[in-house]
Amino acid sequence: MSRRQPAASSRRGLHPAAWWLWAGCMAGAAISTTNPLLLALIASVAAFVVSAKRTSAPWSRSLVVFFRLGIAVIVVRVVIEIIFGNRLPGLLLFTLPQVPLPTWAQGVSIGGPVTVEAVLQAAIQGMRLAVVLICFGAANSLASPYRLLRCLPAVLYEAGVAVTVSLAFAPEVVMAIAGVRDARRLRGRPTRGVAGLRGMAIPVLESALDRSLQLASSMDARGYGRRVAVVRRTRRLGTGATSVGLLLVIAGVYGALDTGALPAGGIPFVAVGAVLVGLGMAAGGRRTNRTRYRPDVWRLPEWLVAGSGVVVLSSLIVAPMIGVPGLQMQIYPLQFPLLPLLPAAGILIGLLPAVVAPVDRISSATRMTGTAAAAPAPPTVGRRPSLETAEGTVA
Amino acid sequence: MIRFTEVTFTYAEAAEPTLREIDLTIEEGELCVVVGPTGSGKTTLLRAINGLVPHFTGGHLSGEVSVDGRSTREYPPRELADVVGVVGQNPSASFVTDVVEDELAYTMENLGIAPTVMRRRVEDTLDLLGLHELRARPLMTLSGGQQQRVAIGAVLTASPRVLVLDEPTSALDPAAAEEVLASLTRLVHDLGMTVVLAEHRLERVIPFADRMVLVPGRGEPLIVGTTAEIMATSPVAPPIVELARLAEWSPVPLSVRDARRMAEPLRRRLSEVHTPSPAPDPDLVPPPVVVVEQLSVAFGEVMALGGVDLQARRGEVVAVMGRNGSGKSTLLAQLAGVRPPTKGRVDVLGQAPSGLPPRKLIKLVGLVPQDAGVLLYGETVAAECATADSETGLPPGTTAAMLAAVLPGMSMEHHPRDLSEGQRLALALAVVLAPAPPLVLLDEPTRGLDYPSKHRLVTLLRKLAARGDCVVLATHDVELVAQVATRAVVLADGEVVSDGAARDVVCHSPVFAPQVAKILAPDPWLTVDEVRHALTGARR
Repeated sequence: MSRRQPAASSRRGLHPAAWWLWAGCMAGAAISTTNPLLLALIASVAAFVVSAKRTSAPWSRSLVVFFRLGIAVIVVRVVIEIIFGNRLPGLLLFTLPQVPLPTWAQGVSIGGPVTVEAVLQAAIQGMRLAVVLICFGAANSLASPYRLLRCLPAVLYEAGVAVTVSLAFAPEVVMAIAGVRDARRLRGRPTRGVAGLRGMAIPVLESALDRSLQLASSMDARGYGRRVAVVRRTRRLGTGATSVGLLLVIAGVYGALDTGALPAGGIPFVAVGAVLVGLGMAAGGRRTNRTRYRPDVWRLPEWLVAGSGVVVLSSLIVAPMIGVPGLQMQIYPLQFPLLPLLPAAGILIGLLPAVVAPVDRISSATRMTGTAAAAPAPPTVGRRPSLETAEGTVA
Repeated sequence: MIRFTEVTFTYAEAAEPTLREIDLTIEEGELCVVVGPTGSGKTTLLRAINGLVPHFTGGHLSGEVSVDGRSTREYPPRELADVVGVVGQNPSASFVTDVVEDELAYTMENLGIAPTVMRRRVEDTLDLLGLHELRARPLMTLSGGQQQRVAIGAVLTASPRVLVLDEPTSALDPAAAEEVLASLTRLVHDLGMTVVLAEHRLERVIPFADRMVLVPGRGEPLIVGTTAEIMATSPVAPPIVELARLAEWSPVPLSVRDARRMAEPLRRRLSEVHTPSPAPDPDLVPPPVVVVEQLSVAFGEVMALGGVDLQARRGEVVAVMGRNGSGKSTLLAQLAGVRPPTKGRVDVLGQAPSGLPPRKLIKLVGLVPQDAGVLLYGETVAAECATADSETGLPPGTTAAMLAAVLPGMSMEHHPRDLSEGQRLALALAVVLAPAPPLVLLDEPTRGLDYPSKHRLVTLLRKLAARGDCVVLATHDVELVAQVATRAVVLADGEVVSDGAARDVVCHSPVFAPQVAKILAPDPWLTVDEVRHALTGARR
């Protein structure tokens, strides 16, 4: 499947960070446009790559969930616009009965005339958010969040207990819902509708919380968070420097986005913050003496995948700078959107991972053993001999 | 290696201590089996070894537990991870990562073991437990038995000096259980590892055990001794020991091999009596309750069941057996109409269960799933019974009366979560049986049950069958099958490989044969009771 056959079989799929970087860039690209054609293109590129490269693992099915979530976002956004939205002028669709509000609530309106322009604008804004969600769904499908967590440096890994437990919480809830629904059916209780929902909420939360606690105790029993003897001051220094550094970076990024809020576009903040984070990690890294089992490696395919994401994002950032029109949807006057060529071509580069990324071994576990047995075949190989000796004593 | 000094442990808000003034020393290189009735504190004892009790459970522990000279008072569980490996009762709850290989490496990563060593140990463990075909599989997609082996492997890789296992074979099929126990024995003998395990199915562990610890429960003192000592007097005993007591063999044999050597006179005596009655009268064929035709179920690309044909009749107790992941639970879920079949037809008294609304369904089919607790959401046992009555439109008190029949003298004020495994099963059974469904399905009902609870279950199932209900149970417990099943169906990879009278099926299978059958082969005796009846009948 991969062109790099020997390398691909000895490794375990693409570095998760490469997938997350690629997906993050796609999401960033989606944020910087309101052209529905481009947005649809981004979503279909993400969906295509997922369908080409996803594995049979349970988390690979999350893209569908995110697609549904995206549709829900669009619907909710449009409904809110219709009921509470800005009363944009334009082609009148229908008029809702208006609710008179007291003077102190002047900024808000309920009901009133609804125009095509207003609905369209809301739908496009909803679509933009939906595409961002789909990009994150794609990342979730392609690389398990646990694996990304494994790549975190030691200092951040300390916060990992919380993250792992909360990461496990969402899938646990999904699984608990399935389990509770089956159990309720066996008890003859409604599984649908309001009554079903009400009866399910508590058992679902209960079992998911239970599971999270068990996870924490299991992590502890298996040595998570063991300390090597480190001077307490070094430890505090590490944690302090990392936290302050991260805050500075966040402030700096804010400054860069909101021009004029911070001196020099916030760049000094980012620089100082980055240095502090680096120092903190170096100091804190000595706290735990963890090792990595088969660490994920960063090679040519990772560069290509991450790079393709960067190309997508930069094509959408560069296009308005060099005067390519059509990145934003025209509402006044209302017209059918054009497909700007440069950004569209840039987005299509995002398809590159579908070709260059190696397939994760999870998708075809049996390939490793070289047997033609189906994946779910029970692992009886190891115990056949004992079975035969048992036969000898009985027969 | 492990030392308990005057340990008393009381759970928070509990009136009585679970463990009282325990003194126990387990030497290095010992395989020690902890036995006792359900709810007697076996799990608490095991979890105290690495300090999960009381560090994670709360409660008050006095006295001292030390492992390899390290006291759990000073070392939290994570600091003991290099010495003690603990495998819990429910393996899937102990998983921390999401792929088999990562799970095996997790503890080693935390211990900071060099990557090259890790690589080799993972490979060794994959081979040792026969997991190499599963190495890249997501943990969630594994069957119960596969998960159990991964959980054991995950602690083995760190090569701890002490291995603590809570019912390690309860979810395993007989062959897999034997394999796991054999690898544990190998670790004890070759590496001098200390193994402590709790187990209800004594017939499986007795041949491997060096010493036994009997936890009588209710704060009574522990009884410790060699396996033979304990077995000579123990109130709970596997069939092999019961047979030995019946035939007055001394010393008590602990393995089938020893027993067969002693059994020659008994076999001769029995063959003079008569052989157990083979099949019931074929002229009296009661009407079928369930008809399954060409049933196929697929989960994504995985085929869980492929073209299953099956019938179960009134008054039958059908045991569905097969190795882990062979589709037993899926078949039961289909019979209970939990989800519609991918292909084929399920018919329960003329109706397709998956199409029925829940309220009608429970009057037709009752399923007690593997973890019976998932059925129970009430605050107390009494509340659980009351809601069961009101929701199913039964006269008030029906479920409570059923519970009293299943397990007399149960406290109605407990929260279902605080019940022992056996009590929880009894409550779930009562809830399911109250609407009197003609088809009763049980998934692995003896998991975590001690011998008395199991005996009560057998009596109840026989009563149901005598009333004309149809019982289908999926189980790995061959002794249960021997006692109660009239028919046995063996599944392999989602297909029926044999279907016939229980006696024929289990006696002809080396894996599924109960101990008595193995000892008395070639004559098809299944249980100690049968032998006892035959002998007393002959004397008369």
